Formats: sequence, C-alpha cells, structure tokens
Amino acid sequence: MAEPIIELRQLTKKYGDFTAVDRLSLTVEKGEIFGLLGPNGAGKSTTILMMLGLSEPNMGQVRVCGVDPTRHPLQAKRKVGYLPDDVGFYEDRTGLENLIYTAMLNRIPRDEAYDRAMRLLERVGMTEAAHKKTGTYSRGMRQRLGLADVLIKRPEMIILDEPTLGIDPEGVRELLQLIRSLSRDEGITVLLSSHHLHQVQQICDRVGLFVKGRLIAVGDIAELSRELFEEEPIVVEASVRNASGQLAEKLGAVDGVLRVHRDGEENWQIGCSRDVASELARVIVEDGAALSRLTIREYGLDEIYHRYFEGGDSK
Amino acid sequence: MNRSLKLPAGWLQRIGAVFRKSAGPDGGEASERTAAKGAKLPNPFWVIVNKEIGDHVRSWRYSLLLGLMALTCIASIYTASAGMRDAASSDEAVRSFFFLKLFTESNNSIPPFMQFIAFLGPLIGIGLGFDAVNAERNKGTLSRMMAQPIHRDDVINAKFVASFIVIGILFFALGFLVAGFGIAVLGVPPTPEEFWRMIFFLLLSTIYVGFWLNLAILLSVRFRQAATSALTAFSIWIFFLVFYGMILNLLAGSLLSRSADVDSLLQNQSLLMFLYRLSPSQLFSEATTTLLMPDVRALGPLTMEQIVGAIPSPLPLGQSLLLVWPQLVGLIAATLIIFALSYVSFMKQEIRSRS
Repeated sequence: MAEPIIELRQLTKKYGDFTAVDRLSLTVEKGEIFGLLGPNGAGKSTTILMMLGLSEPNMGQVRVCGVDPTRHPLQAKRKVGYLPDDVGFYEDRTGLENLIYTAMLNRIPRDEAYDRAMRLLERVGMTEAAHKKTGTYSRGMRQRLGLADVLIKRPEMIILDEPTLGIDPEGVRELLQLIRSLSRDEGITVLLSSHHLHQVQQICDRVGLFVKGRLIAVGDIAELSRELFEEEPIVVEASVRNASGQLAEKLGAVDGVLRVHRDGEENWQIGCSRDVASELARVIVEDGAALSRLTIREYGLDEIYHRYFEGGDSK
Repeated sequence: MNRSLKLPAGWLQRIGAVFRKSAGPDGGEASERTAAKGAKLPNPFWVIVNKEIGDHVRSWRYSLLLGLMALTCIASIYTASAGMRDAASSDEAVRSFFFLKLFTESNNSIPPFMQFIAFLGPLIGIGLGFDAVNAERNKGTLSRMMAQPIHRDDVINAKFVASFIVIGILFFALGFLVAGFGIAVLGVPPTPEEFWRMIFFLLLSTIYVGFWLNLAILLSVRFRQAATSALTAFSIWIFFLVFYGMILNLLAGSLLSRSADVDSLLQNQSLLMFLYRLSPSQLFSEATTTLLMPDVRALGPLTMEQIVGAIPSPLPLGQSLLLVWPQLVGLIAATLIIFALSYVSFMKQEIRSRS
C-alpha cells in the first residue's frame, strides 16, 4: 500500500501579497482516507484546486495519480473525482439526467452512462429520487448525489471538499459511512477537507493539520497527539470516592506522573508521560479510597486543534 | 491531447480526433469503451452544446422571446400586406423587388420587419446570454463541470455556439414564416435573387444578434450577479438605441455649421459617419437596408460628379453585397472581439465553488 497517489512538493500559491499555500509538501498513499483539517481560509480549497489543475501553483510540484495536473489537467481530471463544497446541480433536470450529463462529459456512451448512474444511485440510496428534479433535493440528498456524480467516471481517487457541511448529524454519519465503505470496497483513495474535527476523526486513516497555508502536522490521531503533547501525552481520568488527604501526594510520587489535578470532589486528572494506569490504580486502592472509574484519555483532534490554533499566532 | 487549458481552439482538433476515433496517450480507456459498445464517442463539446440548447428551448425565457417574435411576425405581415396592396397596383418600378417589400414596407403606424429585428434582436441576444456563466457559477455547477475532463474553453465555446444555433434557428424560422405568409397572402413568389437577399438578411440578423449575445456573455463572465450583467447589457443597448444618436446629432449640429467650405464639410460629414458606424445597430441598419432595398446605391454622401451618369436602377446582389461588405466585416469583427474578450477573461478566472 506504500504507493503514493498524491505527491506535493514545496507547493506555493500566492494571491498578490497573500500567500494562500506556503511550501506545502505532502504524500498520500493509495487506498488511504486522508483528512485535510483546518479552519476556513487555511488554503485547503486552494490546494485542492491545484491538485486538479484548476489553479496554477506559483512554485513547487504536484503529482496526482502519476500525472502533473498543471501540465496535463485533462488526464488528471480523468482519474480524479472532485466534489466541490456546496455542490450544485442543474435544478430543472432530474438527478439521473445530471449524472448522465457528467458521464457524457467523461466520454461515456449514453447507454453505459445510464447503467452506471442507476447503479450508483442505488449505492447512495437515491433510487427513489432518481427521476425527481434536483431543485427539490435536500442538502443531504445533494451531497449524496454529488458522491454518485464523482464516482460515475470510476476515479482512482476522489477529493471531497467539506462534504459534511450543513448536513444534520444523522446525515453526516450516513454520508461518512458511505464514503468509508466506498473507499474500502472500490479501493478508492479519498482526500477530504473539513473543519469538523470529529467527523474527520471518525473515518480518516491519517490527518493533515493545515493552518495559514502551512501543513503543521501529519499523521494518524495517535501520532499527532504524541507529537503535539510530548510533555504530557496521556491523561488518566479517575473517579475516586473517600480519598484521603495524602492521595494527591502519593499519586504525584508515582514515576511518570507529571501533574495531578483534582477536579471537584471525585474527579481526578492525572497527566502522565507514559501509561502508568495500573500503578495509579494500585496507589489509589492502597490509599483505601474507592476507585469507581479509571480511563485513559488520548487526545482527540479537538485538543490538537485547540492547541494549534491557540499557539498558531506565536509560531 | 495533453495540452494545458490555456491553449485556445483545442476543441477543433479534438473534434477531428473524435472523427478519427484515435486513441491518444490517455484514450486507452475510452477506446476500450468504444470497442465494447461499438458506438460513436460523444465529444464533450457537443454534449455541452446539446445540453445548452435543451436548456434554452425548455426555459421560460425562451418561450417569452418566442412569443415576442411571433407577435413581430404577425405585425410585420399585417403592416406589409396593408402597405403593399396599394403599392402593387400603382407603381411598376416597385414590382421588380416586390417580395422584399414584405420585410421593409410599412404603413407608418407599425414598423416593418426589418426594424423589428433591429429593435428586438439585441433583446434576444441579451436574453439568451446574460446569465450564461454567472448563473452556473452561482448554482455551483461550474466548478463541478470544470472538474470533469474537459477543456475550459469548451464551456464558453459551447455556450456561445449553442445560443448562436438557437438564435439562427429562430431567425430563419421566423424569416421563412414571414416569407411563407407573404406568399400566401399576396400570392407573389420570390425570384431567386430575392430569395438570396432574404437569406443574407437573415444571416446578417443572426450575426447582429450574435454580437449582443457575446456582449451579454462577456458581462456574465465579468459580473457575479446575473441581474447586474443583465442591467449593464440593457444599459449599453439603450445607450446605442437612444442616446448615441442624440449625442451625435448634437455634435453634428456644431460640426456642420462651422464648416466653411465643401472640403471641410465633407471631412466633417465623413467623421460623423465614422462615429455613427461605431454603433453596431447603425452597421446593421445600413447593411439590411442595402440588402433588402436593391435601389440603395450608396451609403454616405455623394458628390454631384459621382451621381452624374449613374443609371437609377437596382443593384445586382453581388454589388449590394460589395457595398455592405465593410459593414458586414465590421459587425463580424466586433462580435469576434467581444467573444475574444470574454474568452480571455473566462480562461483567466479562477473557478471556485459559488464564489
């Protein structure tokens, strides 16, 4: 699986004095689901446009599916499907007609386009709405139709720009499931951009954090939290009843514990440099307190995110 | 086939490639499909043209324009037949190009077909073009379309070609309808020369409307809001229709009264003619007049020497065409320049979703 499908090297895009993308280097491997995470205006969409050859980089190189999209946009676009954020359809045409139109723009004969469109509409659960005009579709339906639209050319890779924006939680869950199963079944590489941490966390194999045009960290969630919270990678949360007055000291004396924080009567937060949960449990029990809960909390994207954006200006 | 999207006129070569059914370096998949289906590959350019024509024909706007044109047709037949009944019996000279009177004759209360076209043509062009690009952009379909393996210029070329085809069909249908009704009502068939004059007139009208269509497309590329581009296009139209003539009249008054001798008078007159002809509607009306009224022998001032010895007879078609050749070329050039402008600005624009 170590075959790179996207390779960006020192990619830079400037709009006048403003640098939208700043020396970005990134490799995404085949079959991965990669999440580009960042706030609005971080340069995610610009990067995506450059991958499709819709925008020219000022500097640096792009290779997508073995093609340089800046030089050969057509070849790149044949292999890459792109779902823009807030995708639109021709509203006075039906969903099926919209799909067939896209297919025909990809030089697929009409009969085959019809077959593929019907199959894909079934796959995304839109068979009933196939003959309705897209003007009547809800936002979630539009996104699902957009997914079918992207897949109709049988791409090697799909790029989804903010696919979950403006959909209700249940719809988001379904859409993400769909994306994941499509990626796994068809072996399609997925690159999705988002500023919703939890959603990216749910389905992405790896995540790239994007702030002010720069990629500041890449990796899976565990890697990221290791990288970011070196000084305190693990937090153990414990619910303790009948704690004695010395418990805090005793816990602090355990090797590997960096910080002990009592949060209210029962809840304790213990920052550790490594996994010392079993020792902590022993100390608590030996102290004579009742340990009702002990969990190891890994940092989620939320923390990672906050950490970066708080520190973003100083860096 | 692997050119960057900056290269213009790529579609011409690609049409050729489709006809040859050659598989380019990236056409492996495509040729597989062809082999499997044995069907002709649809070229993306014509797919877009098809869809655009479909959109135009189905749209409410088009029905509206069609209704207007139908009214034009009825009105001009009515006015022409009323005017011609009188003319037919009285004047023998008139009878020589009797059929063309269908398009030019009026009883003064209702303008003739020719003027209707000059007046309504821009409306049709603007109506079909003012939201060509910005509506797609606002609906978010443009970025989706650009993500497909098509050249960027295919989109704007196809939009122009589709609207142009629609306009052409509309005008030819209308022209033939008027001619047909004319034959039925008046019982006078056209001579071959009259027929060709009519064809050239319809062609000219299509080009004239094509100019306004291109202007509207240009504005739709430049402005993000369809309403803004429509308003701007209408302002330009009204400026040429109403104010341009007024301004030139004012100018003419001061210029010609100050001319002392014949030479400066002629000079000023030709300057004025030049300014008049900057307006596409002036070019159009001069060209149509010459084409539909064979007895028009010159456009612009003639000296006595030039008139002396001339036989006051109608010009043959070839001579009429020669006479309006500059106007024709001017119109086509203006159309092409505007198209080039919109082409360039469209190619330079960055397509982002809904912005």
